[in-house]
Amino acid sequence: MKDENATIWDTNPLSVRNLWVEYLGERGMVKAVRGVTFDLRPRESLAFIGESGCGKTTLGLALIRLLVKTARISQGEILYRRSGRETAVLKLKGREMRHFRWCECAMVFQSALNAFNPVLRIRDQMYDTIRAHWRMSQSEMRERALSLLRHVQLDPERVIDSYPHELSGGMRQRVLLAMSLLLDPQIIILDEPTTALDILTQRTILELLKSLKAEMGFSLMFISHDLSIAAELADRVATMYAGAIVELGLVYDIFYRPAHPYTLGLIRAVPTVTGDFQDLISIPGSPPDLIDLPTGCKFHIRCPYATDRCRQEEPTLEPYGPDHSVACFHVDQVRRDADAIWEGTGHVAAGEAA
Amino acid sequence: MASNTAAANGLSRFLSDLGHSFRIFLRNLTRNKVGFVGTLMILGFIFLAFIMPYFVPAPHKADITKIYERPSREHLLGTDSQGKDIWAQIVHGGRDIVVMAFLTGMIATFIGVSLGSLSAVIGGPLDSFLTTLADVWLTIPRFPLLAVLAGLITLNNIITLALILAVLSWAGLYRAIRAQVFSIKERDYIEAATALGLGLRHIIFSEILPNMMAYIAINFTLAMTAAIYAQVGLVFLGLVPLTRNWGVMINLAWTQGAIFFRDSIYFIMAPVVAIALFQLSIVWMSRSLEEIFNPRLRAGR
Amino acid sequence: MTEYLIEAHNLTRQFGRRRERVTAVDDVSLGISEGEVLCLVGESGCGKTTTGKLLAGLLKPSSGRIRYQGQDVWTQDKESFRKYRLGVQIIHQDPYASLNPSHTVHQILSAPLLHHNLVNGRRQARERVVELLQIVDLTPVEDFLTKYPHQLSGGQRQRVSVARALTVNPSFIVADEAVSMVDVSIRVSLLKMLSRLRMQLGVTFLFITHDLALAKFFAWEGRIAVMYVGSVVELTSTPELINNAQHPYTKALLAAVPEADPNLTRRKKPITLRSQDIPSLRNLPPGCRFHPRCPLFEEGLCDRVAPKLKSVGENGHQVACHRVTG
Repeated sequence: MKDENATIWDTNPLSVRNLWVEYLGERGMVKAVRGVTFDLRPRESLAFIGESGCGKTTLGLALIRLLVKTARISQGEILYRRSGRETAVLKLKGREMRHFRWCECAMVFQSALNAFNPVLRIRDQMYDTIRAHWRMSQSEMRERALSLLRHVQLDPERVIDSYPHELSGGMRQRVLLAMSLLLDPQIIILDEPTTALDILTQRTILELLKSLKAEMGFSLMFISHDLSIAAELADRVATMYAGAIVELGLVYDIFYRPAHPYTLGLIRAVPTVTGDFQDLISIPGSPPDLIDLPTGCKFHIRCPYATDRCRQEEPTLEPYGPDHSVACFHVDQVRRDADAIWEGTGHVAAGEAA
Repeated sequence: MASNTAAANGLSRFLSDLGHSFRIFLRNLTRNKVGFVGTLMILGFIFLAFIMPYFVPAPHKADITKIYERPSREHLLGTDSQGKDIWAQIVHGGRDIVVMAFLTGMIATFIGVSLGSLSAVIGGPLDSFLTTLADVWLTIPRFPLLAVLAGLITLNNIITLALILAVLSWAGLYRAIRAQVFSIKERDYIEAATALGLGLRHIIFSEILPNMMAYIAINFTLAMTAAIYAQVGLVFLGLVPLTRNWGVMINLAWTQGAIFFRDSIYFIMAPVVAIALFQLSIVWMSRSLEEIFNPRLRAGR
Repeated sequence: MTEYLIEAHNLTRQFGRRRERVTAVDDVSLGISEGEVLCLVGESGCGKTTTGKLLAGLLKPSSGRIRYQGQDVWTQDKESFRKYRLGVQIIHQDPYASLNPSHTVHQILSAPLLHHNLVNGRRQARERVVELLQIVDLTPVEDFLTKYPHQLSGGQRQRVSVARALTVNPSFIVADEAVSMVDVSIRVSLLKMLSRLRMQLGVTFLFITHDLALAKFFAWEGRIAVMYVGSVVELTSTPELINNAQHPYTKALLAAVPEADPNLTRRKKPITLRSQDIPSLRNLPPGCRFHPRCPLFEEGLCDRVAPKLKSVGENGHQVACHRVTG
């Protein structure tokens, strides 16, 4: 199966164009995703980082159209490509959509326990998933389930007959991964893949994701508030703020040559453990209210570079260097400052080594 | 002079604060439409039971020529088996029920809240004792016990009756309140108050109770509805010699064999509908109470 | 020996009855000097929060002692206990649960002031509340006084919690994951505020966190104690712990923790453990709690005898491991 795909590796499996999502919250209309455009490349791992309420989870849910009832995609296009065929995801109906959701693009949710039905064995949950989409005999299904559990480095014979509560948090996370891979999707979306796991388990999941991706060749899109997960796992990183992508680039560019003041701010606010001790600076103010957004650039209230133009006009995501785009009017200045801040420190040296 | 203006300023600020609180109160009251309707209905019942009797003459005289009349301009709800006006009986028979319901609700809630919170906050042997007692209490069938009690004690005034009904219903309320206090007790802000050495009294009255008001209000209304059924039941069975009461009306209608005549439909249905509507209004009003006591809605955003 | 402000001796705490009894904190001894910051680091369920609550006097130890300013906390007279009670305060993790939703900021802060007669009347209480809000950078103060907790952001709520702890002029604050639920971009400003309180007011801190990076940043001048399943396994100054960890569990943590720096994090060589399973508190392994996972496991020793915390090298670096020797 993978070999057929080999010929079309140059086409992006997923393209999102100018996507807008809003939903009715308790206090009013929440503009959760505002004009998001990006491509997911074959076999890449793309991280969406941002703080709570920046719209990253809504974006993930919109891609597989699992939004809450009160939400609506008001504009935009989601294009999915496999084996030379292009599908407009937003036009899919009922059965086709369910097929897309498992067989083409699977999402693993944040809470590993709640995703399971507590009274069903792992076996039954896996079989149900297969049965809903593929025609397979009982023994074939078992074979498939066992092989995927083995892939996620679990003891398949033991786990397949367990109930969810009999498994630890890390094991459940792995079972979820195995289930998302059951129907051989081309894209996996992970929402906060390792939050709530302890450090040692987190590390094994991260290593597992890397090896699975290398082995099975899917594209990975993951959503996290944790910069370190992105640094560890991502090929490219998209920074989201107030429902929009404000910077998108290769992981090394984002971490060592950030060009948006918000990305720079985030990186300067997060300490490392084994790196040199550095003073940290937090971003003043707090994330904006998605119901009552400021005019112009949504970051201008917290931004040290803000000028009158930023207060009136919202910058769009524009190319800045190869494979790097930024939505800011003061890109050059931010770049210069970032370099100056890190000059002579281990940070820049590390960046150059990249 | 200066102190005068200061006092005046203080007063005007107090009044404007009061006005502000009242506006918020009104907004929360009207936020829930059903709850608002319930509240209006309750006000209607209070009007019916306490004010209307001054305008509608008491249905004293029987008139055999007018037995089981249909509703007319003269007799809004028709007449009963003795030719008495049913509307007048409804008007004059509401007060006991309304007073007793509120009274029982108040006493029962008071007992439930004090025992429940003491039990949960102090814990230990007191808690085990009260919990066991409540469990045993709940297994005693309440209505037969009431019937027996009614034989022993002359229940001819509503205060005694309310007290007995309230005492009998303490266990359920106690358990509900205790569980709620337990859950609030575990919250971090209670622990913070403990660390600040604010004392048990402050913790119960300032930290726990304000967050339970909505819950208490709902239990209060539930106690009221239970009390109404209990009272009507007792009166209907003739165990409590109260006069002029919707329960008495049902009892009369029953003993007069009213259920066998098609003409007597108004006689038997009028008190039943009155009781049902009163119950409904209490249940609906509790929704408004919930909104009013919810601290998140107090100041709005 | 240095004089400690607060110290724990063989602190043990169990929960539950009979067969369901679990030991959340097992024989923990540590001391914190005045003005110092000690970080308690460990995974969820390792007993770090219980240890914090024991030190703050919010839980009674099952056995062992706590001494505050040289006095045994649970045997001292009422007046001394009151002094301890107010001298030790706690800041909780969840900004959405740590403030009473029924009270305004002003009510929350003035209650302890009035209750303990720390101010003369309501006017002075108000002045002090304003001052406290300024200390925690909630300005302009007028914007916050009459707000209810649900009208504030997570970061602002945590600041109110800190101000509330400061009402009684504590000398020791237990900060239990105090910034974990706050947005990344504002965490640092909260940490810096806490550091400033330590410098300006001389407050001693026990900072409990699962996040090594935060521990390192906040306690760079202090010490870190690493806990694993109820016990302290390593205790030393922060730079020493980061650069020269000795206990195999600490080493595994440092080698595993993902970093917000692609080169740093991708060049790590994770240590392979013998098992991925975290022992359940109900069914603890005998001997060293870490032995089923430990790469240095020695049969007949580690699975028999529980190692005690002992000094290795200089500077009071303490490790609880049979296989680590000075």
